[in-house]
Amino acid sequence: MKILVCISKSPDTTTKIAFKENNSQFDDAMVQYIVNPYDEWYALVRALELKETFGGNVTIINVGLAENDAIIRKALAIGADDAVRIDADPSDALYTAEQISAYAKVQNFDLILTGKETINYNGSAIGGMVAELLGLPYVSLATKLVIAVNTATIEQDIDGGTQVVECDLPLVISAAKGMAEQRIPNMRGIMAARTKSLTVVSAIDSPKLTAVKSYTLAEGRIDCKYINSSEPEKLIELLHTEAKVI
Amino acid sequence: MAVLIYTETAKGKIKKSSLEAVNYGNHIAALTNTTATALIIGEASNDDIVALGNAGAKKILHLKNDKLASQDPQLLVIATEQAAAAENAEVIIFLHDFTGKAVAPRLSASIKAGLIAGAVSYPVLEGGFSIKKNVFSGKAIADYSITSAKKIISLLPNSFPVTLSENTAELVNFSVNLDGIESRIKVKEVKKQTAELSLPDADLVVSAGRGMRGPENWGMIEDLAKALGAATACSRPVADIGWRPHHEHVGQTGVAIRPNLYIAIGISGAIQHLAGVNGSKTIVVINKDPEAPFFKSADYGIIGDAFEIVPKLVEAAKKFKSHQN
Repeated sequence: MKILVCISKSPDTTTKIAFKENNSQFDDAMVQYIVNPYDEWYALVRALELKETFGGNVTIINVGLAENDAIIRKALAIGADDAVRIDADPSDALYTAEQISAYAKVQNFDLILTGKETINYNGSAIGGMVAELLGLPYVSLATKLVIAVNTATIEQDIDGGTQVVECDLPLVISAAKGMAEQRIPNMRGIMAARTKSLTVVSAIDSPKLTAVKSYTLAEGRIDCKYINSSEPEKLIELLHTEAKVI
Repeated sequence: MAVLIYTETAKGKIKKSSLEAVNYGNHIAALTNTTATALIIGEASNDDIVALGNAGAKKILHLKNDKLASQDPQLLVIATEQAAAAENAEVIIFLHDFTGKAVAPRLSASIKAGLIAGAVSYPVLEGGFSIKKNVFSGKAIADYSITSAKKIISLLPNSFPVTLSENTAELVNFSVNLDGIESRIKVKEVKKQTAELSLPDADLVVSAGRGMRGPENWGMIEDLAKALGAATACSRPVADIGWRPHHEHVGQTGVAIRPNLYIAIGISGAIQHLAGVNGSKTIVVINKDPEAPFFKSADYGIIGDAFEIVPKLVEAAKKFKSHQN
């Protein structure tokens, strides 16, 4: 089975968010970058499990500049066979998806996996866009993936519940919590990753349709108002008269 | 020209968030001197049609086609694209929910429209078309410009108020051409949760964490939720150890919600939990640890033992509700 896993670079989940250049850029001076957790814990690990069952090959793809090689090596250390980096700034979702699908088009993957969203831009867009550009079915927010012969059985989160769907390969799937368990790379994996193939591919021409003009930090709460634990009924009163939410 | 809004029903009734989207679409229509058209696929009652009109739709495209019953995003995109073409729509609005996350990106790729997923503001048209969305899991807001002629915006649910008017919409039975196209996705089973209130749609949410010490103590949490008319939620550790069902888990890896009121009981407030709830309008934190980081993100706090405080809150909430009725 030939599997492509799309990974994105994101700041560690505990990062304190700050901006620079007049709030036009993310300030990453002190930031530790990681593989986006949904891409790593769920999409990549499930791909590796499928390869362990059926044999085949797991390829990592990332759209980004040379600084991304460190997180690509991490994905290789976890167990992917090889990697491709499209040398471009992934600042617009459709632009990024065009890059991935231009590569995937000529490779005939059986399965393309992404995380359900990145934790920095939360767009949940790349999987659907890649599917459309390749003319493939797309199953989003998948929590379980089983493959038998040529058919994938997938459980996915829908609004207010879950559903089970079936679809023949090839297809694109976005992975959510539940699909697999995080794997920590071992020393052997880390050593092996150094010599695995990481191919750098030039970007194709494609317009960027969106751009960030500026960032602002989400408004913090003004000081917390404390209510004495002996009179919790005051809370109900304040929620009605002051916050006006009940 | 028009602004096209993708709307949906749930449990046989138009979704509240769809009315939010129509209201939002009508706002953009007014800014751009055009009108709002709602697209609704599948069954729709007369009440739904009236509600869409009251929310601001000038026209409703009602589309029934058996091939769309499977909700395969690939087919929904073809249908939406034909509706957008028929209306000459330059702006298309979705909700950033299950359907929106599946359909909006495909449509964006198909018609080469810039996509802003998870928008939290009305667009500003001075100096281009710009719009704000949450980034860094709710820790920041980015102001984006969209430069393509066609634009797709998916709204974060519960971000915009709904104003209803006496407006009525023109109802058009719309049909699409899906000849030769078959869905490749077969739905085998749908498991809807039994709770009356779906968590992402709830205005009020009562949530609890490890501080409750065990699943047998959730009775008082459910009592409080019931007394307030709220949905229940939980933190990640509680869902992971199986005290509560997975679909109640709110946070970065669970469901992200933006209710009017979020009451967190016995939850310390790890940054990953906050990422899923910090869009809530009012946050109440009840915790016996005065150093719990959640208090820094709370509007109201009670430091103390949940086992003493929550039963008193249930009584106070019941009393309040009985006075209101």
